[in-house]
Amino acid sequence: MITQRFLSNGFSPRIQLTLLLLVAVAILVPVLNLALPADNPFHVPTYLVALFGKYLCYALLALALDLVWGYCGILSLGHGAFFSLGGYAMGMYLMRQIGSRGVYANPILPDFMVFLNYRELPWFWLGFDHFWFAALMVMAVPGLLAFVFGWFAFRSRVTGVYLSIITQAMTYALLLAFFRNDMGFGGNNGLTDFKDIVGFPVQAQTTRATLFALSALALALGVVVTAAIVGSKYGKLMIAVRDAEPRTRFLGWRPENVKLFAFTVSAVMAGIAGALYVPQVGIINPGEFAPANSIEVVVWTAVGGRGTIIGPIIGALLVNGAKSWFTGALPELWLFALGGLFIFVTLFLPKGILGLYDQWTGHRRRIRKQEPAPLPGAEVQPAE
Amino acid sequence: MQRRVQHCRQSRSLAVLPLLLAFVIAFLAPAHADEAQVRSIITKFGDAKGFPQIEAVVQELGATGDPVVARSLNALSDGVLHVRKADKQIFILEERGGLRVLDPLSGEAVADAGVARDYTKIRVNNGLRRTIRGVLGSLTLSASDPNARMRAADTLFQTPDPDAIETLDGAIAGESVPAVKMRLQQARAAAVLQSDLPDAQKEEAIALLGGMGDRAALSLLNGFAANAQGDLKSAAEGAADRINTTLAAWDMAQNVWFGLSLGSVLLLAAIGLAITFGVMGVINMAHGEMVMLGAYTTFAVQEAIRAGAPGLFDWSLLIAAPTAFLVAGAVGLAMERGIIRFLYGRPLETLLATWGVSLILQQAVRTIFGPNNREVGNPSWMSGSFELGQLAITWNRLWIVVFALAVFAVLLFVFNRTSWGLHMRAVTQNRRMAASMGIRTPWVDAFTFALGSGIAGIAGVALSQIGNVSPNLGQSYIIDSFMVVVFGGVGNLWGTLVGAMSLGVLNKFLEPYAGAVLGKILVLVLIILFIQKRPRGLFALKGRAVEA
Repeated sequence: MITQRFLSNGFSPRIQLTLLLLVAVAILVPVLNLALPADNPFHVPTYLVALFGKYLCYALLALALDLVWGYCGILSLGHGAFFSLGGYAMGMYLMRQIGSRGVYANPILPDFMVFLNYRELPWFWLGFDHFWFAALMVMAVPGLLAFVFGWFAFRSRVTGVYLSIITQAMTYALLLAFFRNDMGFGGNNGLTDFKDIVGFPVQAQTTRATLFALSALALALGVVVTAAIVGSKYGKLMIAVRDAEPRTRFLGWRPENVKLFAFTVSAVMAGIAGALYVPQVGIINPGEFAPANSIEVVVWTAVGGRGTIIGPIIGALLVNGAKSWFTGALPELWLFALGGLFIFVTLFLPKGILGLYDQWTGHRRRIRKQEPAPLPGAEVQPAE
Repeated sequence: MQRRVQHCRQSRSLAVLPLLLAFVIAFLAPAHADEAQVRSIITKFGDAKGFPQIEAVVQELGATGDPVVARSLNALSDGVLHVRKADKQIFILEERGGLRVLDPLSGEAVADAGVARDYTKIRVNNGLRRTIRGVLGSLTLSASDPNARMRAADTLFQTPDPDAIETLDGAIAGESVPAVKMRLQQARAAAVLQSDLPDAQKEEAIALLGGMGDRAALSLLNGFAANAQGDLKSAAEGAADRINTTLAAWDMAQNVWFGLSLGSVLLLAAIGLAITFGVMGVINMAHGEMVMLGAYTTFAVQEAIRAGAPGLFDWSLLIAAPTAFLVAGAVGLAMERGIIRFLYGRPLETLLATWGVSLILQQAVRTIFGPNNREVGNPSWMSGSFELGQLAITWNRLWIVVFALAVFAVLLFVFNRTSWGLHMRAVTQNRRMAASMGIRTPWVDAFTFALGSGIAGIAGVALSQIGNVSPNLGQSYIIDSFMVVVFGGVGNLWGTLVGAMSLGVLNKFLEPYAGAVLGKILVLVLIILFIQKRPRGLFALKGRAVEA
């Protein structure tokens, strides 16, 4: 149904342009990196490929968050958990690929397990030596967690700030759990020292370029899926839930189902982003579960413009670019800048950069209507 | 090590002469006859082969009854008693900061040491150490200082020895201090269990040990029950069971106490959050940073006192508490006026903006005070501990419980007995109606936020006494505080109290079974499940006011 809708209507020009750009980047950057010699002015250095590959994964994560926050009104402060779970699933596959090349040369057990005196592989590591299984788990584990969590939360009408807080508690609980050595995920060192991915060495320039291209394509796919969902009838319902949940319920819809759908799809997208992120940075550790990380994702989305499809992508690229620059040039000031950004964006840019751009150009495309800013003092409800 | 040996080697040639001299003097002029006798016994260590012979020498030393042998026996037990290869004389070697060779009786350094290779260590094993403890114990049983006698009784209790029963009987008869006498009797009972005395005596001993009710007695009884038969076995097992019951009760009491202690910390950290959340529906992510500001205020106040008026140090917390309230309250007021009031009705945005404030505050403190932990001193009335039965209660924990309850009581008074409290409750329940009744809601908001932040600052003063003061201090409490508020429900201070205390106790009861981290995870999961049942907490406001 969704596909039919999207095939017949197509996307807005802005989204078509984004898709075109992403595909072009996916082809051009690896070519410029691999084909041109290092002294050519158009050569893209390998470190930049890895860096921007990482940013693209972040952009996909921000897009995933935007689907639930921007379009469905669920402010999840735990999306980093889905991202990390996807990352761990991929990391487990990569660990199994090391095989007997580890420090302890155990053909079955990863190094940390040998170190911690494991006799055999824990049951949840079985199957991760196959790529297809790992790829399935990358989507299934975050999706399932989101489904179960959301099923409980939405059914009992946990909303607003309460929901944000318990999503934060969820990622915090996972952070604590993954720090434990006896969880069987490498404790605080996490998973690292990867060698191969589907037979190609992880460190190789060609592999990195391929991963970059895959990240760009995954992001493009994310844009297609999000745009299709948002453009469909179900998308309208999501926006209705966001703007007036009780009214939607009284009209006979089931808001909890709508939210559950958005939350689960979004978690799967976040998981894929995590899975692409891990081979590019070469490590996944419990620090990725930190609540602060998840909140940072929210600010990327807010900066770019929530409730839009390309806003989160712009936001993720801009904020992370700024972060890389700041932590290199003025490490002391980064937290001031990030904190200031949180305040500035919420106070002055409720629709993000994209909203600002639309205002300036007078190009009043029908941006999905944000909830209207209430009159000061007119608002009654504390918790919603 | 290497350097020391080389150093010694260099000085060896010079060392020989004074060394000889020292020995000639030492042997020509013995202090008195007793010492000469003891010395001659000690010298037997030089010829003793194997542990039984060494043990015989130890017993012989003990038989002298002269406290002067304690030094050499202790040295033997510590493995620092050595034989000089050249002349089989006994010395104590000390290797701290260069080799020192001590006389085994006087403890004075021998003028010239030589090198460590000139000496052979007298070997010692655990059996021998036990003998030594026994011998030393009976030596000091007759000391004049009651504390020394108590220590001796302790030693004998820990290393029960049937041979010591006679000595103990003598000591019990002559003992005048009740506590020491009690301990001696317990030591005797422990020894009786291991002796060949008639069963009646052993049963008495079991009864006595069973009455002690602590772990040491339990392990003695268990050890005895394992080897005993018949009535004695069942008596010992019965006594052990009774001790187990007592211990379980004390364990329970301890868990409750630790839980209440943790709960009062949570209460302090969360109550300000509950107020702002209840009245304004604003989740203040910078709340943890207010706590941190309070802790740093305490640090600054203490630094100022140390520099200006050291005599006031014991008062530092009483000075810091209002200061912290003002500092954090002022920051909170500024936040409300500067940021939050523009975001009313948009709780999710407020959450983000306050998170931004928290990042800025953290980095500001890091820039000003440095990224490392700062040490905040405990005033004398907050350090140390006292014992209540088998509970060791530290003063700082106790004071924090008292303090948390005091803060709670004051807030309860403010809420229920002042007009400002009335306004706050009115705004919590129905903002629009309150505004229609002439309550200046913006004014209430601003001061409520300042109050909540100020309370957080005060919490920081208390928390600085039990943990590290670092820029990340707030982060470690913020999630727990949220959990308390979410669990307890908003708009009702009692909810926060019950929430904090039950989470604290729950945490401490889960810890022994699941470990600290897993216990915490379980609590989080339980709260997430609890929220399903009661989405607005334990003490939710009822009625239309809270429906969206």
